[in-house]
Amino acid sequence: MTPYEALLQPFVDFEFMRRALVGVFALALGAGPLGVFLMLRRMSLTGDAMSHAILPGAALGFLVAGLNLAAMTIGGLVVGLMVAVGAGVVARATELKEDASLAAFYLISLALGVVIVSARGSNLDLLHVLFGTVLGIDDATLLLIAAITTVTLIALAVIWRPLVLDCVDPTFLSSVSRVGGASHIAFLSLVVLNLVGGFHALGTLLAVGLMMLPAATARFFARDLTLLVALAMLIAFGSGAAGLLVSYHFGTPSGPSIILVAGLAYGLAVLFGPAGGLVSRLAPRRHLEA
Amino acid sequence: MAPLISFENLTLGYERHPAVHHLTGEVREGTLLAICGPNGAGKSTLLKGITGVLAPLGGHIVRHGFDVHDIAYLPQGAEVDRSFPIDVYDLVSMGLWRRAGLFGGIGRADRARIAAALAEVGLEGFERRPIGTLSGGQLQRVLFARLVLQDARLILLDEPFTALDATTMTELLELVRRWHREGRTVLAVLHDFDLVRAVFPETLLLARRAVAWGPTAEALSPEKLKDAQHMGLAWRDDAAPCETAA
Repeated sequence: MTPYEALLQPFVDFEFMRRALVGVFALALGAGPLGVFLMLRRMSLTGDAMSHAILPGAALGFLVAGLNLAAMTIGGLVVGLMVAVGAGVVARATELKEDASLAAFYLISLALGVVIVSARGSNLDLLHVLFGTVLGIDDATLLLIAAITTVTLIALAVIWRPLVLDCVDPTFLSSVSRVGGASHIAFLSLVVLNLVGGFHALGTLLAVGLMMLPAATARFFARDLTLLVALAMLIAFGSGAAGLLVSYHFGTPSGPSIILVAGLAYGLAVLFGPAGGLVSRLAPRRHLEA
Repeated sequence: MAPLISFENLTLGYERHPAVHHLTGEVREGTLLAICGPNGAGKSTLLKGITGVLAPLGGHIVRHGFDVHDIAYLPQGAEVDRSFPIDVYDLVSMGLWRRAGLFGGIGRADRARIAAALAEVGLEGFERRPIGTLSGGQLQRVLFARLVLQDARLILLDEPFTALDATTMTELLELVRRWHREGRTVLAVLHDFDLVRAVFPETLLLARRAVAWGPTAEALSPEKLKDAQHMGLAWRDDAAPCETAA
Protein backbone atom coordinates (compact mmCIF):
# COMPACT_ATOMS: atom_id res chain seq x y z
CA MET A 1 0.00 0.00 0.00
CA THR A 2 1.48 3.36 -1.00
CA PRO A 3 1.39 6.30 1.42
CA TYR A 4 -1.17 7.89 -0.88
CA GLU A 5 -3.46 4.88 -0.63
CA ALA A 6 -2.96 4.69 3.11
CA LEU A 7 -3.41 8.34 4.01
CA LEU A 8 -5.21 10.27 1.30
CA GLN A 9 -7.16 8.00 -0.99
CA PRO A 10 -9.90 7.16 1.52
CA PHE A 11 -10.71 10.86 1.80
CA VAL A 12 -10.42 11.49 -1.94
CA ASP A 13 -12.64 8.58 -2.88
CA PHE A 14 -15.38 8.75 -0.29
CA GLU A 15 -17.53 11.67 0.63
CA PHE A 16 -18.50 10.19 3.99
CA MET A 17 -14.82 10.15 4.94
CA ARG A 18 -14.45 13.81 4.00
CA ARG A 19 -17.51 14.75 6.02
CA ALA A 20 -16.20 12.81 8.99
CA LEU A 21 -12.84 14.58 8.66
CA VAL A 22 -14.45 18.02 8.65
CA GLY A 23 -16.63 16.95 11.58
CA VAL A 24 -13.72 15.86 13.77
CA PHE A 25 -11.80 18.99 12.77
CA ALA A 26 -14.62 21.22 14.01
CA LEU A 27 -15.01 19.14 17.17
CA ALA A 28 -11.28 19.32 17.85
CA LEU A 29 -11.26 23.13 17.68
CA GLY A 30 -13.87 23.42 20.42
CA ALA A 31 -13.05 20.37 22.52
CA GLY A 32 -9.31 21.10 22.69
CA PRO A 33 -9.43 24.33 24.72
CA LEU A 34 -12.39 23.17 26.82
CA GLY A 35 -10.47 20.04 27.77
CA VAL A 36 -7.44 22.11 28.77
CA PHE A 37 -9.54 24.27 31.10
CA LEU A 38 -11.35 21.25 32.55
CA MET A 39 -7.97 19.71 33.31
CA LEU A 40 -6.49 22.89 34.81
CA ARG A 41 -9.58 23.40 36.97
CA ARG A 42 -9.21 19.80 38.23
CA MET A 43 -12.54 19.00 36.60
CA SER A 44 -11.28 16.25 34.29
CA LEU A 45 -13.98 13.90 35.46
CA THR A 46 -16.69 16.54 35.24
CA GLY A 47 -16.72 16.20 31.45
CA ASP A 48 -17.29 12.49 31.86
CA ALA A 49 -20.11 13.04 34.32
CA MET A 50 -21.72 15.61 32.04
CA SER A 51 -21.52 13.24 29.10
CA HIS A 52 -23.56 10.72 31.08
CA ALA A 53 -25.92 13.45 32.18
CA ILE A 54 -27.02 14.39 28.66
CA LEU A 55 -28.13 10.83 27.90
CA PRO A 56 -31.74 11.09 29.13
CA GLY A 57 -32.22 14.31 27.17
CA ALA A 58 -31.00 12.69 23.97
CA ALA A 59 -33.08 9.61 24.80
CA LEU A 60 -36.20 11.71 25.37
CA GLY A 61 -35.67 13.40 22.02
CA PHE A 62 -35.22 9.97 20.50
CA LEU A 63 -38.39 8.72 22.17
CA VAL A 64 -40.41 11.62 20.83
CA ALA A 65 -39.03 11.92 17.33
CA GLY A 66 -36.87 8.88 16.61
CA LEU A 67 -33.36 9.40 15.27
CA ASN A 68 -33.99 13.08 14.77
CA LEU A 69 -31.06 15.50 14.99
CA ALA A 70 -32.91 18.53 16.32
CA ALA A 71 -34.95 16.65 18.92
CA MET A 72 -31.96 14.77 20.33
CA THR A 73 -29.79 17.89 20.35
CA ILE A 74 -32.33 20.03 22.14
CA GLY A 75 -33.11 17.24 24.61
CA GLY A 76 -29.44 16.70 25.39
CA LEU A 77 -28.80 20.40 25.73
CA VAL A 78 -31.71 21.07 28.05
CA VAL A 79 -31.01 18.16 30.38
CA GLY A 80 -27.25 18.78 30.32
CA LEU A 81 -27.69 22.43 31.30
CA MET A 82 -30.21 21.48 33.98
CA VAL A 83 -27.74 19.07 35.53
CA ALA A 84 -24.84 21.55 35.28
CA VAL A 85 -26.79 24.43 36.78
CA GLY A 86 -28.57 22.20 39.33
CA ALA A 87 -25.30 20.77 40.59
CA GLY A 88 -23.77 24.27 40.69
CA VAL A 89 -26.69 25.69 42.65
CA VAL A 90 -26.69 22.83 45.17
CA ALA A 91 -22.92 23.26 45.60
CA ARG A 92 -23.16 27.01 46.22
CA ALA A 93 -26.34 27.03 48.29
CA THR A 94 -25.68 24.04 50.59
CA GLU A 95 -22.81 22.39 52.45
CA LEU A 96 -22.29 19.80 49.69
CA LYS A 97 -19.25 20.29 47.44
CA GLU A 98 -19.62 20.53 43.68
CA ASP A 99 -18.16 17.10 42.85
CA ALA A 100 -20.55 15.29 45.18
CA SER A 101 -23.61 17.17 43.97
CA LEU A 102 -22.63 16.64 40.34
CA ALA A 103 -22.17 12.91 40.97
CA ALA A 104 -25.66 12.73 42.45
CA PHE A 105 -27.23 14.60 39.56
CA TYR A 106 -25.50 12.73 36.76
CA LEU A 107 -26.15 9.28 38.23
CA ILE A 108 -29.86 10.01 38.52
CA SER A 109 -29.78 11.41 35.00
CA LEU A 110 -27.93 8.40 33.57
CA ALA A 111 -30.29 5.86 35.16
CA LEU A 112 -33.24 7.81 33.83
CA GLY A 113 -31.67 7.84 30.37
CA VAL A 114 -31.20 4.08 30.24
CA VAL A 115 -34.79 3.53 31.38
CA ILE A 116 -36.05 5.88 28.68
CA VAL A 117 -33.95 4.29 25.94
CA SER A 118 -35.08 0.80 26.87
CA ALA A 119 -38.73 1.90 26.99
CA ARG A 120 -38.67 1.98 23.23
CA GLY A 121 -36.00 1.29 20.67
CA SER A 122 -33.87 -1.79 20.14
CA ASN A 123 -30.33 -2.33 21.38
CA LEU A 124 -29.05 -1.06 18.05
CA ASP A 125 -30.55 2.38 18.69
CA LEU A 126 -29.01 2.45 22.15
CA LEU A 127 -25.63 1.68 20.62
CA HIS A 128 -26.09 4.58 18.24
CA VAL A 129 -26.79 7.01 21.06
CA LEU A 130 -23.94 5.69 23.18
CA PHE A 131 -21.29 5.43 20.49
CA GLY A 132 -22.33 7.75 17.65
CA THR A 133 -21.77 7.36 13.94
CA VAL A 134 -19.01 9.65 12.74
CA LEU A 135 -19.16 8.00 9.30
CA GLY A 136 -22.84 8.83 9.00
CA ILE A 137 -22.59 12.59 9.54
CA ASP A 138 -24.99 14.43 7.24
CA ASP A 139 -25.05 18.10 6.25
CA ALA A 140 -27.34 19.13 9.08
CA THR A 141 -25.11 17.50 11.70
CA LEU A 142 -22.02 19.04 10.16
CA LEU A 143 -23.61 22.48 10.29
CA LEU A 144 -24.65 21.90 13.88
CA ILE A 145 -21.13 20.93 14.93
CA ALA A 146 -19.62 23.87 13.06
CA ALA A 147 -22.07 26.28 14.65
CA ILE A 148 -21.33 24.91 18.12
CA THR A 149 -17.60 25.28 17.52
CA THR A 150 -18.02 28.87 16.35
CA VAL A 151 -20.07 29.78 19.39
CA THR A 152 -17.55 28.02 21.63
CA LEU A 153 -14.51 29.85 20.27
CA ILE A 154 -16.18 33.26 20.48
CA ALA A 155 -17.50 32.61 23.98
CA LEU A 156 -14.11 31.38 25.14
CA ALA A 157 -12.50 34.58 23.88
CA VAL A 158 -15.04 36.56 25.91
CA ILE A 159 -14.60 34.68 29.20
CA TRP A 160 -10.89 33.91 28.79
CA ARG A 161 -9.56 36.28 31.47
CA PRO A 162 -12.02 35.42 34.24
CA LEU A 163 -11.66 31.73 33.38
CA VAL A 164 -7.88 31.87 33.78
CA LEU A 165 -8.10 33.98 36.92
CA ASP A 166 -10.78 31.76 38.44
CA CYS A 167 -8.32 28.86 38.11
CA VAL A 168 -5.18 30.61 39.35
CA ASP A 169 -6.53 32.80 42.11
CA PRO A 170 -10.31 32.66 42.67
CA THR A 171 -10.15 34.81 45.81
CA PHE A 172 -8.49 37.59 43.86
CA LEU A 173 -11.05 37.39 41.06
CA SER A 174 -13.95 37.66 43.48
CA SER A 175 -12.21 40.59 45.19
CA VAL A 176 -12.04 42.65 41.98
CA SER A 177 -15.13 41.52 40.09
CA ARG A 178 -18.30 39.49 40.29
CA VAL A 179 -18.02 37.87 36.85
CA GLY A 180 -16.46 34.69 38.32
CA GLY A 181 -19.75 32.87 38.87
CA ALA A 182 -21.17 33.86 35.50
CA SER A 183 -18.06 32.79 33.64
CA HIS A 184 -18.10 29.43 35.45
CA ILE A 185 -21.69 28.77 34.36
CA ALA A 186 -20.88 29.91 30.82
CA PHE A 187 -17.92 27.53 30.77
CA LEU A 188 -20.02 24.57 31.95
CA SER A 189 -22.63 25.41 29.30
CA LEU A 190 -19.93 25.31 26.64
CA VAL A 191 -18.87 21.88 27.87
CA VAL A 192 -22.45 20.64 27.59
CA LEU A 193 -22.83 22.23 24.15
CA ASN A 194 -19.71 20.52 22.84
CA LEU A 195 -20.62 17.17 24.33
CA VAL A 196 -23.98 17.39 22.59
CA GLY A 197 -22.21 18.28 19.34
CA GLY A 198 -19.79 15.44 19.91
CA PHE A 199 -22.34 12.76 20.65
CA HIS A 200 -23.68 12.76 17.11
CA ALA A 201 -20.22 11.88 15.89
CA LEU A 202 -18.70 9.94 18.77
CA GLY A 203 -21.64 9.09 21.00
CA THR A 204 -22.37 10.40 24.48
CA LEU A 205 -19.77 8.24 26.17
CA LEU A 206 -16.84 8.96 23.89
CA ALA A 207 -17.45 12.65 23.10
CA VAL A 208 -15.59 13.54 26.26
CA GLY A 209 -12.57 11.55 25.07
CA LEU A 210 -11.76 14.10 22.40
CA MET A 211 -11.76 16.74 25.15
CA MET A 212 -9.71 15.14 27.88
CA LEU A 213 -7.15 12.91 26.16
CA PRO A 214 -5.61 15.61 23.93
CA ALA A 215 -5.57 18.07 26.86
CA ALA A 216 -3.81 15.58 29.12
CA THR A 217 -1.39 14.72 26.30
CA ALA A 218 -0.57 18.37 25.63
CA ARG A 219 0.32 18.88 29.31
CA PHE A 220 3.43 16.75 28.74
CA PHE A 221 4.69 19.08 26.01
CA ALA A 222 3.82 22.62 27.08
CA ARG A 223 4.03 24.74 30.22
CA ASP A 224 2.32 27.72 28.63
CA LEU A 225 -1.45 28.09 28.45
CA THR A 226 -1.69 29.36 24.86
CA LEU A 227 0.61 26.61 23.66
CA LEU A 228 -1.38 24.03 25.64
CA VAL A 229 -4.60 25.05 23.95
CA ALA A 230 -3.08 25.07 20.45
CA LEU A 231 -1.45 21.68 21.02
CA ALA A 232 -4.66 20.16 22.39
CA MET A 233 -6.54 21.27 19.27
CA LEU A 234 -3.82 19.84 17.04
CA ILE A 235 -3.64 16.53 18.88
CA ALA A 236 -7.42 16.19 18.87
CA PHE A 237 -7.55 16.79 15.14
CA GLY A 238 -4.61 14.47 14.46
CA SER A 239 -6.26 11.72 16.51
CA GLY A 240 -9.50 12.28 14.61
CA ALA A 241 -7.88 12.00 11.20
CA ALA A 242 -5.70 9.01 12.18
CA GLY A 243 -8.63 7.30 13.91
CA LEU A 244 -10.76 7.62 10.78
CA LEU A 245 -8.01 6.00 8.70
CA VAL A 246 -7.58 3.16 11.19
CA SER A 247 -11.31 2.62 11.14
CA TYR A 248 -11.34 2.64 7.33
CA HIS A 249 -8.45 0.24 6.83
CA PHE A 250 -9.16 -2.20 9.64
CA GLY A 251 -12.93 -2.02 9.74
CA THR A 252 -13.00 -1.00 13.42
CA PRO A 253 -15.81 1.21 14.75
CA SER A 254 -14.91 4.83 14.00
CA GLY A 255 -15.64 6.59 17.31
CA PRO A 256 -13.67 4.21 19.51
CA SER A 257 -10.85 4.15 16.93
CA ILE A 258 -10.46 7.92 17.20
CA ILE A 259 -10.37 7.79 20.98
CA LEU A 260 -7.91 4.88 20.95
CA VAL A 261 -5.53 6.82 18.72
CA ALA A 262 -5.82 9.76 21.14
CA GLY A 263 -5.14 7.25 23.93
CA LEU A 264 -2.03 6.02 22.13
CA ALA A 265 -0.77 9.61 21.84
CA TYR A 266 -1.44 10.03 25.56
CA GLY A 267 0.50 6.88 26.39
CA LEU A 268 3.50 8.03 24.36
CA ALA A 269 3.35 11.45 26.03
CA VAL A 270 3.31 9.91 29.51
CA LEU A 271 6.48 8.02 28.60
CA PHE A 272 8.40 10.49 26.47
CA GLY A 273 6.83 13.92 27.10
CA PRO A 274 9.58 16.48 27.76
CA ALA A 275 7.52 18.40 30.32
CA GLY A 276 7.42 15.91 33.19
CA GLY A 277 7.14 12.62 31.28
CA LEU A 278 8.46 9.40 32.84
CA VAL A 279 11.67 9.20 30.82
CA SER A 280 12.57 12.84 31.47
CA ARG A 281 12.12 12.16 35.18
CA LEU A 282 14.03 8.88 35.31
CA ALA A 283 16.92 10.05 33.14
CA PRO A 284 17.21 13.77 33.83
CA ARG A 285 19.71 15.90 31.91
CA ARG A 286 22.59 17.54 33.78
CA HIS A 287 21.67 20.47 35.93
CA LEU A 288 22.54 24.04 34.94
CA GLU A 289 24.86 26.49 36.63
CA ALA A 290 22.19 29.04 37.55
CA MET B 1 -9.29 63.25 57.50
CA ALA B 2 -12.70 61.99 56.41
CA PRO B 3 -13.79 58.51 57.50
CA LEU B 4 -13.29 55.79 54.87
CA ILE B 5 -14.87 52.84 56.70
CA SER B 6 -17.27 52.96 59.64
CA PHE B 7 -18.16 49.95 61.77
CA GLU B 8 -21.52 50.39 63.46
CA ASN B 9 -22.07 47.85 66.21
CA LEU B 10 -20.69 45.27 63.81
CA THR B 11 -20.94 41.54 64.51
CA LEU B 12 -19.36 39.07 62.11
CA GLY B 13 -19.17 35.33 62.55
CA TYR B 14 -19.88 31.81 61.47
CA GLU B 15 -22.98 29.71 62.15
CA ARG B 16 -24.37 32.40 64.51
CA HIS B 17 -21.21 32.31 66.67
CA PRO B 18 -19.63 35.77 66.70
CA ALA B 19 -15.96 36.10 65.70
CA VAL B 20 -16.06 39.91 65.82
CA HIS B 21 -18.54 41.10 68.43
CA HIS B 22 -20.20 44.55 68.57
CA LEU B 23 -17.36 46.51 67.00
CA THR B 24 -17.89 50.24 66.63
CA GLY B 25 -15.41 52.73 65.23
CA GLU B 26 -14.07 54.25 62.08
CA VAL B 27 -11.01 54.12 59.90
CA ARG B 28 -10.09 57.53 58.52
CA GLU B 29 -8.69 57.93 55.04
CA GLY B 30 -4.90 57.67 55.00
CA THR B 31 -4.65 55.59 58.18
CA LEU B 32 -1.92 53.00 58.58
CA LEU B 33 -3.59 50.59 60.96
CA ALA B 34 -2.25 47.37 62.44
CA ILE B 35 -4.78 44.76 63.56
CA CYS B 36 -3.38 42.58 66.34
CA GLY B 37 -4.74 39.95 68.68
CA PRO B 38 -4.47 36.26 69.55
CA ASN B 39 -5.30 33.51 67.05
CA GLY B 40 -9.03 33.24 66.59
CA ALA B 41 -9.60 36.84 67.68
CA GLY B 42 -11.49 37.75 64.49
CA LYS B 43 -8.75 39.63 62.63
CA SER B 44 -9.11 37.84 59.27
CA THR B 45 -12.87 37.76 59.75
CA LEU B 46 -12.91 41.55 60.03
CA LEU B 47 -11.01 41.88 56.73
CA LYS B 48 -13.44 39.46 55.06
CA GLY B 49 -16.27 41.60 56.35
CA ILE B 50 -14.72 44.73 54.85
CA THR B 51 -14.29 43.02 51.46
CA GLY B 52 -17.91 41.92 51.55
CA VAL B 53 -17.07 38.20 51.36
CA LEU B 54 -18.72 37.72 54.74
CA ALA B 55 -22.09 39.36 55.46
CA PRO B 56 -22.54 40.83 58.97
CA LEU B 57 -24.58 38.85 61.52
CA GLY B 58 -25.53 42.22 62.98
CA GLY B 59 -24.73 45.91 62.63
CA HIS B 60 -23.23 47.56 59.58
CA ILE B 61 -20.06 48.30 57.70
CA VAL B 62 -20.31 51.62 55.88
CA ARG B 63 -17.91 52.04 52.97
CA HIS B 64 -17.60 55.76 52.24
CA GLY B 65 -17.38 56.42 48.53
CA PHE B 66 -15.90 53.16 47.33
CA ASP B 67 -17.06 49.75 46.15
CA VAL B 68 -15.94 46.39 47.58
CA HIS B 69 -14.26 45.71 44.24
CA ASP B 70 -12.05 48.80 44.63
CA ILE B 71 -10.22 47.22 47.57
CA ALA B 72 -6.80 45.64 47.09
CA TYR B 73 -6.95 42.57 49.35
CA LEU B 74 -4.15 40.12 50.08
CA PRO B 75 -5.66 37.17 51.96
CA GLN B 76 -3.70 35.07 54.42
CA GLY B 77 -1.69 32.38 52.61
CA ALA B 78 -3.23 33.47 49.29
CA GLU B 79 -4.83 30.56 47.48
CA VAL B 80 -2.83 30.75 44.28
CA ASP B 81 -2.87 27.51 42.27
CA ARG B 82 0.84 27.29 41.62
CA SER B 83 0.51 24.38 39.21
CA PHE B 84 -1.37 26.60 36.75
CA PRO B 85 0.72 27.33 33.63
CA ILE B 86 1.01 31.09 33.96
CA ASP B 87 4.11 33.26 34.32
CA VAL B 88 4.96 36.04 36.74
CA TYR B 89 4.27 38.80 34.22
CA ASP B 90 0.75 37.61 33.41
CA LEU B 91 -0.15 37.05 37.06
CA VAL B 92 1.06 40.52 38.04
CA SER B 93 -0.74 42.17 35.11
CA MET B 94 -4.04 40.87 36.53
CA GLY B 95 -3.67 43.76 38.96
CA LEU B 96 -4.87 45.97 36.11
CA TRP B 97 -8.26 44.22 36.11
CA ARG B 98 -10.27 47.24 37.28
CA ARG B 99 -8.78 49.25 34.44
CA ALA B 100 -8.66 46.61 31.67
CA GLY B 101 -11.59 44.35 32.60
CA LEU B 102 -12.62 41.57 30.23
CA PHE B 103 -11.34 43.03 26.98
CA GLY B 104 -9.26 46.14 27.64
CA GLY B 105 -5.86 45.96 26.00
CA ILE B 106 -2.63 46.32 27.91
CA GLY B 107 -0.88 49.22 26.22
CA ARG B 108 2.57 50.71 26.32
CA ALA B 109 1.84 52.75 29.46
CA ASP B 110 0.48 49.67 31.21
CA ARG B 111 3.53 47.65 30.30
CA ALA B 112 5.70 50.35 31.80
CA ARG B 113 3.62 50.22 34.98
CA ILE B 114 3.96 46.44 35.16
CA ALA B 115 7.73 46.70 34.69
CA ALA B 116 7.91 49.38 37.39
CA ALA B 117 5.83 47.27 39.81
CA LEU B 118 8.09 44.25 39.24
CA ALA B 119 11.18 46.41 39.78
CA GLU B 120 9.69 47.79 42.97
CA VAL B 121 9.41 44.33 44.52
CA GLY B 122 12.84 43.31 43.22
CA LEU B 123 11.65 40.84 40.59
CA GLU B 124 13.31 42.15 37.42
CA GLY B 125 14.31 39.20 35.29
CA PHE B 126 11.51 37.01 36.68
CA GLU B 127 8.91 38.09 34.09
CA ARG B 128 8.74 34.79 32.22
CA ARG B 129 9.21 32.47 35.19
CA PRO B 130 6.25 30.07 35.65
CA ILE B 131 4.72 30.75 39.07
CA GLY B 132 5.19 27.09 40.01
CA THR B 133 8.96 27.62 40.14
CA LEU B 134 8.90 30.49 42.66
CA SER B 135 9.80 30.26 46.33
CA GLY B 136 7.26 31.32 48.94
CA GLY B 137 8.94 34.70 49.42
CA GLN B 138 9.17 35.33 45.69
CA LEU B 139 5.48 34.55 45.28
CA GLN B 140 4.67 37.01 48.04
CA ARG B 141 6.69 39.65 46.14
CA VAL B 142 4.65 38.84 43.02
CA LEU B 143 1.42 39.35 44.94
CA PHE B 144 2.71 42.68 46.28
CA ALA B 145 3.54 43.79 42.72
CA ARG B 146 -0.05 42.98 41.81
CA LEU B 147 -1.27 45.08 44.76
CA VAL B 148 0.87 47.96 43.47
CA LEU B 149 -0.84 47.74 40.07
CA GLN B 150 -4.29 47.68 41.65
CA ASP B 151 -3.61 51.28 42.64
CA ALA B 152 -6.29 51.12 45.36
CA ARG B 153 -7.28 53.67 47.99
CA LEU B 154 -7.77 50.90 50.53
CA ILE B 155 -5.31 48.02 50.92
CA LEU B 156 -5.96 45.06 53.23
CA LEU B 157 -3.08 42.75 54.14
CA ASP B 158 -3.67 39.55 56.11
CA GLU B 159 -0.41 38.41 57.76
CA PRO B 160 1.59 39.58 54.76
CA PHE B 161 5.05 38.94 56.25
CA THR B 162 4.61 35.44 57.63
CA ALA B 163 7.50 33.10 56.76
CA LEU B 164 9.51 35.75 54.91
CA ASP B 165 13.25 36.35 55.34
CA ALA B 166 14.45 39.65 56.80
CA THR B 167 15.41 41.20 53.44
CA THR B 168 12.11 40.40 51.78
CA MET B 169 10.20 41.67 54.78
CA THR B 170 12.15 44.94 54.90
CA GLU B 171 11.61 45.57 51.20
CA LEU B 172 7.90 44.81 51.27
CA LEU B 173 7.52 46.88 54.42
CA GLU B 174 9.09 49.82 52.60
CA LEU B 175 6.33 49.46 50.03
CA VAL B 176 3.71 49.64 52.80
CA ARG B 177 5.34 52.83 54.14
CA ARG B 178 5.26 54.33 50.66
CA TRP B 179 1.56 53.54 50.30
CA HIS B 180 1.04 55.36 53.58
CA ARG B 181 3.01 58.40 52.34
CA GLU B 182 0.89 58.42 49.19
CA GLY B 183 -2.18 58.83 51.35
CA ARG B 184 -3.57 55.32 50.85
CA THR B 185 -5.33 53.58 53.71
CA VAL B 186 -3.62 50.35 54.77
CA LEU B 187 -4.98 47.78 57.25
CA ALA B 188 -2.59 44.95 58.09
CA VAL B 189 -3.10 41.93 60.32
CA LEU B 190 0.22 41.36 62.12
CA HIS B 191 1.67 39.32 65.00
CA ASP B 192 5.07 40.96 65.34
CA PHE B 193 4.54 43.65 68.01
CA ASP B 194 8.04 45.13 67.57
CA LEU B 195 7.33 45.63 63.88
CA VAL B 196 3.95 47.17 64.63
CA ARG B 197 5.43 49.57 67.19
CA ALA B 198 8.15 50.61 64.75
CA VAL B 199 6.00 51.19 61.69
CA PHE B 200 2.29 51.45 62.47
CA PRO B 201 1.04 54.65 64.14
CA GLU B 202 -2.35 53.16 65.02
CA THR B 203 -3.41 49.72 66.25
CA LEU B 204 -6.66 47.87 66.77
CA LEU B 205 -6.21 45.17 69.40
CA LEU B 206 -8.92 42.63 68.78
CA ALA B 207 -10.07 39.71 70.88
CA ARG B 208 -13.51 39.18 69.38
CA ARG B 209 -14.37 42.66 70.68
CA ALA B 210 -12.08 45.66 70.43
CA VAL B 211 -9.81 45.55 73.51
CA ALA B 212 -8.10 48.77 72.42
CA TRP B 213 -8.08 50.99 69.37
CA GLY B 214 -5.80 53.98 69.15
CA PRO B 215 -2.15 55.03 69.08
CA THR B 216 0.00 51.91 68.94
CA ALA B 217 1.94 52.57 72.16
CA GLU B 218 -1.29 52.68 74.15
CA ALA B 219 -3.10 49.90 72.33
CA LEU B 220 -0.19 47.50 72.80
CA SER B 221 0.50 48.40 76.44
CA PRO B 222 1.16 45.41 78.76
CA GLU B 223 -2.24 45.75 80.46
CA LYS B 224 -4.17 45.76 77.19
CA LEU B 225 -2.22 42.79 75.87
CA LYS B 226 -2.96 40.91 79.07
CA ASP B 227 -6.67 41.73 78.66
CA ALA B 228 -6.60 40.40 75.11
CA GLN B 229 -4.88 37.19 76.25
CA HIS B 230 -7.60 36.42 78.73
CA MET B 231 -10.61 36.90 76.54
CA GLY B 232 -12.45 33.61 76.12
CA LEU B 233 -12.49 32.83 72.41
CA ALA B 234 -14.05 29.36 72.43
CA TRP B 235 -17.51 28.78 70.98
CA ARG B 236 -20.00 27.64 73.55
CA ASP B 237 -22.71 25.33 72.28
CA ASP B 238 -24.99 26.44 75.08
CA ALA B 239 -24.46 30.15 74.37
CA ALA B 240 -27.70 32.11 74.56
CA PRO B 241 -28.73 34.52 71.80
CA CYS B 242 -26.90 37.83 72.32
CA GLU B 243 -29.14 40.45 73.95
CA THR B 244 -26.91 43.51 73.41
CA ALA B 245 -28.91 46.17 71.60
CA ALA B 246 -28.31 45.91 67.87
